[in-house]
Amino acid sequence: MTSANGKRQIPRIGVYVCHCGSNIAGTVDVEEVAKWAKERLGEQGVVVAKEYKFMCSSLGQELIAEDIRKERLDRVVVAACSPHLHEKTFRGAAARAGLNPYLCEMTSIREQVSWVHTDKILATEKAKALISGTVARVREHSPLESITVPINETTLVVGGGIAGIQAALEIANTGHPVYLVEREPSIGGHMAQFDKTFPTLDCAACILTPRMSEAGSHPGIHLLTWSEVEQVEGYVGNFTVSVRKKARYVNTELCTGCGICWQKCPKNVLDDKFEVGLGYRKAIYTPFEQAVPRFPVIDRETCTYFEKGTCKACEKFCPTGAIALEQQDELVSFQVGNIVLATGYDLFDARRVPQYGYGRLPNVFTSLEFERMCNAAGPTNGDIVLRDGKTVPKTVGIIHCVGSRDRNYNNYCSAICCMQSLKFAHLVKERTGAEVYNFYIDLRTTAKDYDEFYQRVLEEGTLFVRGRVAEIIDGAQLPGGDERMVIQVEDTLAGCQRHIPVDMVVLSAALEPRADAGEVAKQFGISCSSNGWFTERHPKLDPVATMTEGIFIAGCATGPRDIPNTVAQGSATAARVVSYIAQAELALEPIRASVAEATCSGCRICNGLCPFNAIVFHEDRMVTEIMTALCQGCGTCVAACPAGAITCTGFSNDQVIAQIEGMMAVAFQPEPV
Amino acid sequence: MSGEFEPLIIGFTCNWCSYRAADMAGTARFKYPPNIRLLRLMCSGRLDPTFVLKAFREGADGVLITGCHPGECHYIEQNYKALRRVLLLKRLLGSMGLNPERVKLVWASAAEGGRLAREISSFVEHVRALGPLGWPQRAMANGRYAAREEIEEVPA
Ligand SMILES: Cc1cc2nc3c(=O)[nH]c(=O)nc-3n(C[C@H](O)[C@H](O)[C@H](O)COP(=O)(O)OP(=O)(O)OC[C@H]3O[C@@H](n4cnc5c(N)ncnc54)[C@H](O)[C@@H]3O)c2cc1C
Ligand code: SF4
Ligand code: SF4
Repeated sequence: MTSANGKRQIPRIGVYVCHCGSNIAGTVDVEEVAKWAKERLGEQGVVVAKEYKFMCSSLGQELIAEDIRKERLDRVVVAACSPHLHEKTFRGAAARAGLNPYLCEMTSIREQVSWVHTDKILATEKAKALISGTVARVREHSPLESITVPINETTLVVGGGIAGIQAALEIANTGHPVYLVEREPSIGGHMAQFDKTFPTLDCAACILTPRMSEAGSHPGIHLLTWSEVEQVEGYVGNFTVSVRKKARYVNTELCTGCGICWQKCPKNVLDDKFEVGLGYRKAIYTPFEQAVPRFPVIDRETCTYFEKGTCKACEKFCPTGAIALEQQDELVSFQVGNIVLATGYDLFDARRVPQYGYGRLPNVFTSLEFERMCNAAGPTNGDIVLRDGKTVPKTVGIIHCVGSRDRNYNNYCSAICCMQSLKFAHLVKERTGAEVYNFYIDLRTTAKDYDEFYQRVLEEGTLFVRGRVAEIIDGAQLPGGDERMVIQVEDTLAGCQRHIPVDMVVLSAALEPRADAGEVAKQFGISCSSNGWFTERHPKLDPVATMTEGIFIAGCATGPRDIPNTVAQGSATAARVVSYIAQAELALEPIRASVAEATCSGCRICNGLCPFNAIVFHEDRMVTEIMTALCQGCGTCVAACPAGAITCTGFSNDQVIAQIEGMMAVAFQPEPV
Repeated sequence: MSGEFEPLIIGFTCNWCSYRAADMAGTARFKYPPNIRLLRLMCSGRLDPTFVLKAFREGADGVLITGCHPGECHYIEQNYKALRRVLLLKRLLGSMGLNPERVKLVWASAAEGGRLAREISSFVEHVRALGPLGWPQRAMANGRYAAREEIEEVPA
């Protein structure tokens, strides 16, 4: 560090070593480390070195603050847990004591030392080395001011399931505009497909449709259905988004949603999306009766006009002349300050478990098929019947955890299938009186009123068999068998093999990340966990934010969850977004690169390296400049500049080199005395 | 403690993936040898090859460079730039007479604490087998051709 008159000043550094109860102190000799730091790093400017039980506690923070004031510390090093947990805490404490927060650094002697090593002597030496490196590094620090960016008050919500609807409504209700982008012709998501919802058995449509129409008619919500985000640029506060509005071939200005077109359309198409292959729709259609918006779309792939050039029945009959067969995709672009991703889940493809016979045995159904079947507006008008469309089953087997909790498919628990299976058992009992078997591994009914629902289903007489079903056998193939299927399972409570004949099987399939979740994550600059769900900034303390400022996540896009939880997350993202908007501007980490113009040779080596287009070249002066607001601080250009003209706050060459020297100044094990 | 050679390794981690993988290794109590000291950069793209040489110059026997998996970089694609630099650096090390195997690039996502711990453990063993580099001592003894080590017999 250098003073105003260019003379090198000796810094006054305080080192604080945390015990973290016994988490650190159990493996690292914290007293020894503090003593060593005071004695051996004195030359480096360490004037205070202390250890304390819990540095992050208010007393611990006060200890640091007091030393900053009394000992006139101008640098602080906290050796404790990971900076990802408590950097903010300690920087805040430093700031309250009047020190520039960026002059306070942490080093992780818990995650990187005491929790991963066992030998106390070696762990202690490593802790010293890390502290020595951080002290050397912090000496090179200079005070930084955080950068502020203005927050555009408009928000983009991607995905119009219940999570996205909730987020959009909550934000729009505060008076800030929202774009809600949904790739299907209507909003609603999976919930629109259901009949009843556990545990209260409310009718899904009755609770969802009011929300959908509210979102559809809200003056603050700009609904873009049958649309997909094509490009995202920029950063928190100021993203530029372009959205492809796929051609509907319907002029939405003129369409009243009267439905004459789809009554008149002669082309029947198997609906493998909304009706999951159980029902039919027309080539011009809305996915369901209560669709929002009411406007239909023409499916180009199946429409006779697009195939053969003739038909135009819809055009002939439309009373308002709204059919627009010449329509093209349209690109719209707009600016938003924050983005909520609520893209939901895909259902596990049950064909991947061949021994369960889905797709081969006609009376094996998936959970979504069963939902559609139960739905009064569905393909069977709510009748629970076999694939022939008329026979009512006398025995039904419901199999839990299909594709979940199974190392061949997904290790995780899909969270909702136990309750969904219990709901199905109830519906079968209520509507057919059939005998119902539930095959489960464990019953997980942990949320409010869930276990009560389980008790109710038990009392209704549903039978429970604990064990993973080995196979569903085609009865016709068995000697003396009939058209019924036979479920083969090891009953792990009774300790025996069972062969249970059933008429119908329902597979409670896993919830999986969307097939394109990886691409969407990449598009928005966020990450996915190893299972493929969007990763939260912190799984416990920041569950709806992501590592990328201004991008929030809600609902099943973050992992399997039920509707109450999904809705809570939708509201949570809204609260986060509105809080950013209310702050009007946001302080960002000041870790940024900049070019010393006098040193830049104009070689342009750095020019192509920045993915955020932060690097611009001035032809007139033949020098490069970095746009601070666009720079994200990765430091790639810094490492590339042959002239050493680019530097990066927080991670300058001097800072990194000093840290290497400091770390290497401590031997692997203590010198023998 | 035995007189066995204990390598010292500097590990460069990316703030978003591998540093968090190290956090996760800690939280999950995955063990690895204490021979590695991790230094945080914002991105593997920040890795100036000079940092690696500096680590050797200060007495490191190996350098581990870690970053997000290809396609998962927090800064979109900067880990590819790191990859290019590391490949080039390894050739340079070879021509300087340093065993390029003393440098290793590993991808580890924030969820891969276990993988990071395993990679560290195996790299420590690998460098142990390569033996001490001792660049500072060589610099003292040999002057100009300081770093040259016998790399004919590279253990597998
Ligand atoms: C068979 C079954 C029964 C269930 N029953 C119940 C129940 O009774 N009670 C209960 O609490 N929970 C139940 N659940 C769980 C429930 O489905 C979820 O909690 C809820 O639907 C999640 O809502 P979501 O908005 O996160 O996702 P989704 O409903 O999947 O909505 C996501 C929306 O985003 C859209 N989208 C996706 N990608 C993009 C993109 N790139 N661009 C634009 N739009 C996109 C989709 O088209 C969709 O409209 C059940 C689940 C299943 C499988
Ligand atoms: S690499 Fe360095 S010298 Fe070359 S243009 Fe960029 S800043 Fe200027
Ligand atoms: S540090 Fe990274 S983000 Fe910033 S200008 Fe350089 S390459 Fe771009």
